[in-house]
Amino acid sequence: MAPRTCALCENAKAMLKRPKTGQQICRECFFYVFETEVHNTITQSKLFQPGDRVAIGASGGKDSTVLARVMKTLNERYDYGLELFLLSIDEGITGYRDDSLETVKRNQQQYDMPLKILSYDELYGWTMDAIVSQVGRKNNCTFCGVFRRQALDRGAAMLHVDHIVTGHNADDIAETVLMNIKLVMRGDIARLGRCTAICTQGEDTIRRSKPFKYAYEKEIVMYAYFKKLDYFSTECIYSPDAYRGHARVFLKELEAARPSAIIDIIHSGEAFEVREEVKAMQRVQQTCKRCGYMSSNDLCKACTLLEGLERGMANAGITDRGRKQLDLQGPAPDNLRTIPFFKIPSGNPIIAIETAS
Amino acid sequence: MITISVKVEFSGGLELLFSNQRSHTVTIPSTDPATSKPTNLQNLIFHLRDNLLKERVGLFVENDTVRPGILVLVNDTDWELEGEGDYVLKDGDEIVFISTLHGG
Ligand SMILES: [Zn+2]
Ligand SMILES: [Zn+2]
Repeated sequence: MAPRTCALCENAKAMLKRPKTGQQICRECFFYVFETEVHNTITQSKLFQPGDRVAIGASGGKDSTVLARVMKTLNERYDYGLELFLLSIDEGITGYRDDSLETVKRNQQQYDMPLKILSYDELYGWTMDAIVSQVGRKNNCTFCGVFRRQALDRGAAMLHVDHIVTGHNADDIAETVLMNIKLVMRGDIARLGRCTAICTQGEDTIRRSKPFKYAYEKEIVMYAYFKKLDYFSTECIYSPDAYRGHARVFLKELEAARPSAIIDIIHSGEAFEVREEVKAMQRVQQTCKRCGYMSSNDLCKACTLLEGLERGMANAGITDRGRKQLDLQGPAPDNLRTIPFFKIPSGNPIIAIETAS
Repeated sequence: MITISVKVEFSGGLELLFSNQRSHTVTIPSTDPATSKPTNLQNLIFHLRDNLLKERVGLFVENDTVRPGILVLVNDTDWELEGEGDYVLKDGDEIVFISTLHGG
């Protein structure tokens, strides 16, 4: 096959076929269009204000590594005026997170950004290794998910940032939409919209957004490969099958047959967003009585899970039945280990939206 | 038998299926004995599956090609521009397989 010429510069050899458009382009043009599309996502959604302090949720994996690189590039090229930070959560998983954190530490040097690492151990007094030794491998992802979400917000508060950006890409978002289709089947449409929202925020909480919302996974990986970026990839030892979920496989097969499928699915998820925003506004928000974090109940999920762990009834935080059993044992003891009280940097009252994730 | 030698690299977590070794030099016949046609990339994929793959075959090959979600590069070019499995291998080629399915 004769080498093809780039469809954009009509000069260099094409190295990549874009999944979104089928266009065949060279390496330099690819960098430019990929970065420009992320820039367009950022400006069209008005994600940032000059002077914003922005934390990049960094795991050492491909998405957040590319995000850090692209955010640095765009901040300089277009003069966003952002102060960028790397924020990593150390779940305390030996042989997994300790290795990926080494990657993040190298990124800190390579991108010259301040790095904050906040550990589950520091925040909750429990590593994931210790939690798994208590709860086994059945519900450990519930603990990890709840703890990570709160840890990111708390790490961001410690950094006094205005905004957290995460590396969720178009494939991730389309996958969530697909998984939520079963909620629609059950008539539970209300949860669908949030997952496609590019930015979720309450009035005075730390905003979260996804600058890669429209970026295909293939292009993120190709960007990392062509730029020789240093990233870490392995399976979490506690959920080795997570990445092989049915929805992901189904999505990749759809994409192989019709590359626009991913964007089409995201758009179909967005169609529900307006309705969801109305609902979010109506939801009465409160904060956790014990730790001050946003919560829709007296106690936030993390405090409930932590109390169960501390009282030797680890599963109490997972089901309502478990919670009742815990309550029957009497009130929480005074010396119970708790999460430090949460304050957002501005000191404003917390009016937050709890998002389905 | 005339053979060719190609450099094969696995990354993005795919190396875990291949003895956790990223880089391999693979020597294969220059023609496919079954069809007498020049060895192509699909022949190489089958060769890797049959000779180098240590575990979980389904995570590498599916429907006679690499599983969706695995990117393939031929001398740093997206294999979709090179005819995918029909690409005829040349001695000294560098073939890279990258999984996109591992966490970010
Ligand atoms: Zn070009
Ligand atoms: Zn709480």
